[in-house]
Amino acid sequence: MKSLLLILVPLVAAALALAWPGQRTRPWLLPAAGLIHAVLSLWLFLEPPVVAADAWLGFDPLARAVLPVVSLLFLVSAWYAVSYLRIRAERPNRVFIAALLAVLGLLSAGHQARHLGLLWICTEAVTLAAVPLLHFNGTPRAFEATWKYLLVGGTGIALSLLGSLCLGYASLYGGGDGHLTFVALMGQGAGLSRPWVLIAWVLLLVGYGTKMGLAPMHTWKPEAYGEAPAIVGAILAGGVTSVAFTAILRVRAVVGAAGEGGMADHTLLAIGLFSMLVAALFLLGTRDFKRMLAYSSVEHMGILTLGASLGPAGVAAALFHVWSNGLTKGALFLSAGNLRRAAGSPSMDEVRGMSTLTPWSAAIFVAGMFAVTACPPFGPFFSELKVVRAALETGHGLATGLFLCCLLLAFFGLTRVVFGIVDGRPRRAAKAAGKRFKESAGVILPPLVLLGLSLWLGLCPPRMLADAWAAAVTQLYPTP
Amino acid sequence: MIDSNLNVLIGLAMGLNLLALGTSRLPALIRAMSVQGVILGVMPLLMEHQLDWRVLLVAVATICGKGLLIPGLLRRAMRTVQIDRELEPLIGFVPSLLLGAAGTIAALALTHLLPLLPEHAGSLLVPGALATVLTGFILLIGRTKAISQVCGYLILENGIYLFGLLLIKAMPLLVEAGVLLDLTVGVFILGIIVDRIQRAFDSLDTRKLTALHE
Repeated sequence: MKSLLLILVPLVAAALALAWPGQRTRPWLLPAAGLIHAVLSLWLFLEPPVVAADAWLGFDPLARAVLPVVSLLFLVSAWYAVSYLRIRAERPNRVFIAALLAVLGLLSAGHQARHLGLLWICTEAVTLAAVPLLHFNGTPRAFEATWKYLLVGGTGIALSLLGSLCLGYASLYGGGDGHLTFVALMGQGAGLSRPWVLIAWVLLLVGYGTKMGLAPMHTWKPEAYGEAPAIVGAILAGGVTSVAFTAILRVRAVVGAAGEGGMADHTLLAIGLFSMLVAALFLLGTRDFKRMLAYSSVEHMGILTLGASLGPAGVAAALFHVWSNGLTKGALFLSAGNLRRAAGSPSMDEVRGMSTLTPWSAAIFVAGMFAVTACPPFGPFFSELKVVRAALETGHGLATGLFLCCLLLAFFGLTRVVFGIVDGRPRRAAKAAGKRFKESAGVILPPLVLLGLSLWLGLCPPRMLADAWAAAVTQLYPTP
Repeated sequence: MIDSNLNVLIGLAMGLNLLALGTSRLPALIRAMSVQGVILGVMPLLMEHQLDWRVLLVAVATICGKGLLIPGLLRRAMRTVQIDRELEPLIGFVPSLLLGAAGTIAALALTHLLPLLPEHAGSLLVPGALATVLTGFILLIGRTKAISQVCGYLILENGIYLFGLLLIKAMPLLVEAGVLLDLTVGVFILGIIVDRIQRAFDSLDTRKLTALHE
């Protein structure tokens, strides 16, 4: 019941937001729904319900290992959104708030979907619900970004439907009775038709990989993250990508049960490393600090995929990284939003000296940059260390070397841009804009809290979290 | 008997793919797409021996959606925006026709390599689906106007629908309903965006969408 409320509460709040008359009071619906959602997901996390094996929806161990961090990220972003939408009072926010709440509801459904078709419907619906978020700013550049997002994302989603149908046919050919829950598919195991499973795997990996933003299907990401408001970037990077990642994990478990796990792991390893490499090279070239965050997100999606290819220990590390990356990236996006607003431009050619204009946001941005490039003692350092350990234990020495090289290149790229905008003397035009932007508690505390959570994950991660990740791994790699 | 009727229809749909690839006029492309939608909608009626309401629903929804509603919206968008009716290809018409024809042959050859259930072995559904998906991709990549890209996307969806027909008996209605619902909503939103792009750029040429790049 509570797991259904996770989906229904945000959707009802979205309907309420559409009907709500007051433009100024409407943003409070976001933290209200976010708080209920966070309480519910924490409750479910502490007392996991029993999920029936053939249930289409349910708070199963994998949902338990990922959904709470999405909920937490949404709550903090919603808190930031109240201040943000007060600054942007000139833009109508009815559709924006409704779409944001709908995205939360559909993300909850997608994380809990245990049925191949239902998972696809949720992912498709999230893709469509995110469209109004991307063109909130209403500029021609925002429309361009939305168009690319829809075209690339729509094609990806079409391919994942084709992949789902192929997996369905694999089950039908193997004598399946048309049940497409992941449990039923895994139960069929070696009975699935191998050629169809392989075709399905490729299509689903490309399809959901597009949603995740793996290279070379990442092309929508820099445009979308560059042009959308900061909260949208935070939720897309921390929430929407994680639903695609859990989808890939669920499908990978079916492919593994069909006896093609080794092949699946090879493709995951290759596409993960390729994403990291592409992202690292683009990070060395980009001059826009919001697009920089997008490439950094591509890089971290590569790390997740690499982790997923390394067997049980790697998957546990990847789930850890979903948490540490989501929270740290959230802090970076929100502080970057402040910098963007204060500076009036996202390009390092026009922005410098932010440490004197907006000292708090600049400090959080720099600390977040160190956190996301895996400097201790923040969360990403420990999760990436676990990925490295899993890689070495499974004998992937070369992959580990490449992984570390990409991290180093990304570190160069990120520091180049971040210190370029933080250091130096402010431009005069930016000074004038900076006077208008006040670093109120409402825009400083949320990213600070996220950064604190990332630190907490690194220094003293609670025992329960590690247990939740281990339980999810057991779900994905059942012992025969 | 039923199977051969179905194969004739799939053959027609594949022919329409080539027509869509070869035409230089936007209205002709939309017409090819809408006729293909109607043909696709009739197919489930031929496949089932006894009609149940679920199959009927899929058929009616497909004919209305793919055959009437979406082409109508596209024509309306074309009129209100008053764009030039000529298609400007990135991949020329003859090369795209050749690609489409080669893809169709490859799809037929590839189907022999795939394991198929006995009741699907003689059917053109799988090669038809593969060829249509490929056509959709060529149009998506090879045409510059926003409306023609939408047409390409729809033809891609048509190919996926053809593949879905293999599973219409075994798979719950959920998947089919999801296809139709999302397709309609997707195009609806695409249409709004087309409209907005027009207002922002006074053109429907996606080549002008180049402000964002490294």
